[in-house]
Amino acid sequence: MMKHNSFARETAAGRSNQVREGAARILFLAAACVSILAVLLITFFLLVNGVPAIAEIGVFKFLLGTVWKPGNDIYGILPMILGSFCVTAGALILGVPIGVLTAVFLSRFASKRMVKAIKPAVQLLAGIPSVVYGFFGLVVIVPLLGGRGSMLAASIVLAIMILPTVITVSESSLNAVESSYYEGALALGATHERSVFSIVLPAAKSGVTAAIVLGVGRAIGEAMAVIMVAGNQPRMPQGILKGLRTLTTNIVMEMGYSADLHREALIATGVVLFVFILLINFFFSLTKRRKKA
Amino acid sequence: MKRQKITSFLLRFAVYFAAAVTVGALVFVVGYILIKGVPNLSLKLFEWRYSTENLSLLPALLNTVLMTLLSLVIAVPLGVFAAIYLVEYARRGSRLVRIIRMNAETLSGIPSIVYGLFGMLFFVTYLKLGFSMLSGALTLSIMILPVVLRTSEEALMSVPDSFREGSFGLGAGRLRTVFRVVLPDAVPGILAGVILGVGRIVGETAALIYTAGTASDTVSGLMDSARTLSVHMYALSQEGLYVNQTYATAVVLLVIVVGINALSASLAKRFGRRR
Repeated sequence: MMKHNSFARETAAGRSNQVREGAARILFLAAACVSILAVLLITFFLLVNGVPAIAEIGVFKFLLGTVWKPGNDIYGILPMILGSFCVTAGALILGVPIGVLTAVFLSRFASKRMVKAIKPAVQLLAGIPSVVYGFFGLVVIVPLLGGRGSMLAASIVLAIMILPTVITVSESSLNAVESSYYEGALALGATHERSVFSIVLPAAKSGVTAAIVLGVGRAIGEAMAVIMVAGNQPRMPQGILKGLRTLTTNIVMEMGYSADLHREALIATGVVLFVFILLINFFFSLTKRRKKA
Repeated sequence: MKRQKITSFLLRFAVYFAAAVTVGALVFVVGYILIKGVPNLSLKLFEWRYSTENLSLLPALLNTVLMTLLSLVIAVPLGVFAAIYLVEYARRGSRLVRIIRMNAETLSGIPSIVYGLFGMLFFVTYLKLGFSMLSGALTLSIMILPVVLRTSEEALMSVPDSFREGSFGLGAGRLRTVFRVVLPDAVPGILAGVILGVGRIVGETAALIYTAGTASDTVSGLMDSARTLSVHMYALSQEGLYVNQTYATAVVLLVIVVGINALSASLAKRFGRRR
C-alpha cells in the first residue's frame, strides 16, 4: 500500500489533518488489540478463579477422581471428561462419514441446481439454535431410545449439529483440488467414483482433517443441546444407552446454586474445557500449516 | 470389470445416501418443530406481560431485539475498526497482525459456556454489573467479535487497490480514503458478517444464563436481568410443564433464523455478483 506522508503539508489544515490521521490510526490499532485483550482476560479470569480450587482439591484427585459429590466435598471430574470424550466420539462416528460424503456429493456429484438447493439447507442447519436442537432431541430422539437421556441421544443430536461445519469445510477443500488430478485419473481409465475417492478425496485430506477438528471443537463445547438429552448423571459412562454428564453440562447444571469450593470446582471444570479447546485449536492450526507447506 | 462396477455403484450409493440423510435431518428437525409448533401459536403468546397463566413470549422477543442491538453497538465498531487496521494500516504479514489473527481465531473456537463463565466472573462479579442486559451484551459482543472481524477483513480486502490509489491520487488522506472510498464499497460484505453475528446472538443460551440471567416478566432495562428468546425456550423446556409453548417459541426462533439466513445470503450474493 502507498505511503501517504507526502500529502501532509506544513499548513494549519495539514497539521490538523495529521493529528486526525494519527488519532484514527491509534483508535483502529486499539480496536484491533481488543481481541488480544479479550483472550488474555478470559484466560486470566478463568485461571485465577479456577486454579486455586484445583490446587486445593489436588490435581490428580480433581482430574482423575471418579466421584463427583459436591455435598461431601468430593470433586473428581474424570466422569465428565470421559463423558465429553464419549459423546464427541459418538458424534464423530455418526456425523463425519455423512458430512464428508455429503461434501463429496456437493463437490463432485451434484448438478448445479442441486447444489443451489442443498447449500442453503446446510447453512440453515448451521443457523438453528442449539436449544432448538436440544428440544428436538428431547421430544423426538430421547423417546425413541427408551425415554431417558443417554449418550447415544446426545451423540445423535451433536452429529446433526456438527454436520454443517464438516460439510462446508470439507467441501471447500474438495473444490480446491486441481481438476487435473481428477482428469488424470479419468484418463488412466478410472471411473468417476474411483477418481473421486482414490485421487480427489486423498488430495483434500488436510482440509477434511481440519473440518473434523473443527467439528470436535463444536461437539466438545456444546452445552445446551447436550444438557437436554444426555441424562446428566455425574457418574462414569456406563454404556451408549445410559445417561452421562459432560464438562459443559456440569457447569450449566450446578453453577446456579453452587458456592465456595463447589463453585470454584465448576470454574475449574471450565478451565479444563478451555485447555481442551486450546489444544484443539492448536491441532487445527497445525493442519492448516501443513496445508500451506 | 464387474467388480469395479459394483464398487462404483456402492460408492455412488453411499454418497447419495449421505446427502439424503443431511437433507432429511434438516427437513425432519424443521418440519417436526413447525408441525407441532404452528398450531400452538396464538395471539395470547404475544401479549405485553408474561405471567404464569399466560407465558407470553413477547417480552423475551423484545429482550432479544434489545440484546442484539446492544451487542452490535459494541461489537460492530470494534470489529470493523480492527479490520480497518489489519487491512488498511498494518504492514501485511507483520508480527502484530499475525498475533491479532491468532487471537481472533482462538476467540472463535471458545465454546459459549466458557464465554458465559468469563462473563459471570468478569462483567457480573468483577465489574459489578450484576445479572443484567449489559453484562449479557458485553459477553455476546466478545463472542461475535471474531465473526465481524473476519468478514469485515475479507470485505475490505476485496476492495480493489485501484480505488485506494485513485483516492490518494486525488489528494485524500488515508482516513478519508478509508471512510469515503473503501468502506462504502465493503458495506454489503460487512453487513453479511454482522447478520451472521446476529444469528449467533439470537440462538445463544449458554453464554447468557449466568450473565444476563433469566428474569422473564417484562421488557428489561440496561441494568436489569433479561431473558432472550433462546433462554426463554430453555427455561420453559426445563420446567417441562409447557411443552406447547416451547414448540411455539421454537417456531418463532426458527422463523427468525431462517429470515436472518435469507438476508445474509441475499447480501452475500449481491456482494459476490458485483465482484
